[in-house]
Amino acid sequence: MRLITHNMLQCHVKGCTKDNFPLKLEEIEIEELEAEFNADFIKSMLNRLDWKALAQTTFSLGIAQLPEEMPEELSDEMLEQLHHILLEIDITSGRMVCQGCNHVYPIRNGIPNMLLTESEV
Amino acid sequence: MSRPEHQAPAEIVYNDTEAKKYTVNTRIQAIQADMSYRALELLNLPEDKCCYLLDIGCGSGLSSEVLEDEGHVWVGVDISPSMLEVAQERDIQGDMFLQDIGDGFGFRPGTFDGAISISVIQWLCNADKKYHNPKKRLARFFSTLYSSLARGARAVFQFYPENPDQVELIVGSAMKCGFTGGLVVDYPNSSKAKKFYLCLFAGFADDPSNSP
Ligand SMILES: [Zn+2]
Repeated sequence: MRLITHNMLQCHVKGCTKDNFPLKLEEIEIEELEAEFNADFIKSMLNRLDWKALAQTTFSLGIAQLPEEMPEELSDEMLEQLHHILLEIDITSGRMVCQGCNHVYPIRNGIPNMLLTESEV
Repeated sequence: MSRPEHQAPAEIVYNDTEAKKYTVNTRIQAIQADMSYRALELLNLPEDKCCYLLDIGCGSGLSSEVLEDEGHVWVGVDISPSMLEVAQERDIQGDMFLQDIGDGFGFRPGTFDGAISISVIQWLCNADKKYHNPKKRLARFFSTLYSSLARGARAVFQFYPENPDQVELIVGSAMKCGFTGGLVVDYPNSSKAKKFYLCLFAGFADDPSNSP
C-alpha cells in the first residue's frame, strides 16, 4: 500500500467515528517503487490530502520532514518530493491501528487486511 | 453450468487453484478486459486526465490492469486472498486490500474520481454467513461508496443479475443511498453477449448544495 492510499483511509468499524484517522502505522517495512511523475495528478490530489496526517506519517516513518501546513505555492521540487512520498513508498508489512477503537489491520505481503468481525459491522 | 455465487462464498470459490486458472484463461482475460474498457468508457472521465480510481472486487487485477494501462492510479479491494496473491505476482502497480465490500469502505469522503466493478455485485445478494443480511450489506456498501466518491463522480458496475428481483434490490439500495443513474444493457437481444452495467452518479459536481 502506497502512502497516498494510507492518507485516504480511516477505520471502517461500525460506529467508530472519533480518532479514526489516520490509522497509526506500526512495525512497518517499506520498499521503494518507481512511478512515473505526473505533476497534474499530484495537483489534483492536493485538496483531498490531509496534510497534517501526511506530515505526521512521513515524519514517524523517517521518510521526510514536511512543513506543518501545506505551502500555498508548491514548487516543482516540492511536487516531485510529494510524488515520491505518495506514490513511490510502498508499505509491505506491519499493521495499522485505529486510535479510536483499537482495531488492528494487519498488513501482509503489501496487502492490508480490512476484514471485520461480526460485532464490528 | 451453475452460477459461481451459488456454490460457495467468493473467497472459497476463488481458492489458489481457481484463482490461477481464472487469471491465465485467455477467454476470461479477453472478456474481463472488454467489460473493463466498457465500464471505463461509461465512467466518462475527463480526457487525458490521470484519475484516482477504485476497482471493487479487483480479483487478480485483470480489470485494474485496464485502468493502469489507460494511465490511472488505482486502488483495488477483493475478498479472495488467493486472487490478491495472483495479482501481487503480476506486473501491476496498485494498492490492494483484503476486504468484504458488504462491510463497507473506510475511505475518507471524496477520495475517488470514479469506481468500476466487474462481475461482482451480484455476490452481495447472497447471505454467506449466518449474520449476513443482503439488504443491510447492500445499504452499507452503497452508502460508504457514495461518501468515498468525489461529488459528480460515477461508479459503473458490470454484473450478472440472476433475476429481475435482484436488479430491483441492487438498484433500489443504490438509489436509497443517494445515487442517481440506472441500467445500461449492451446487446440486449443476444442471450450470450448481453451485458448489464449499472451506472451510478454520486451527486453533481457543480451543485452548490454539495459544497460543505
Ligand atoms: Zn476504529
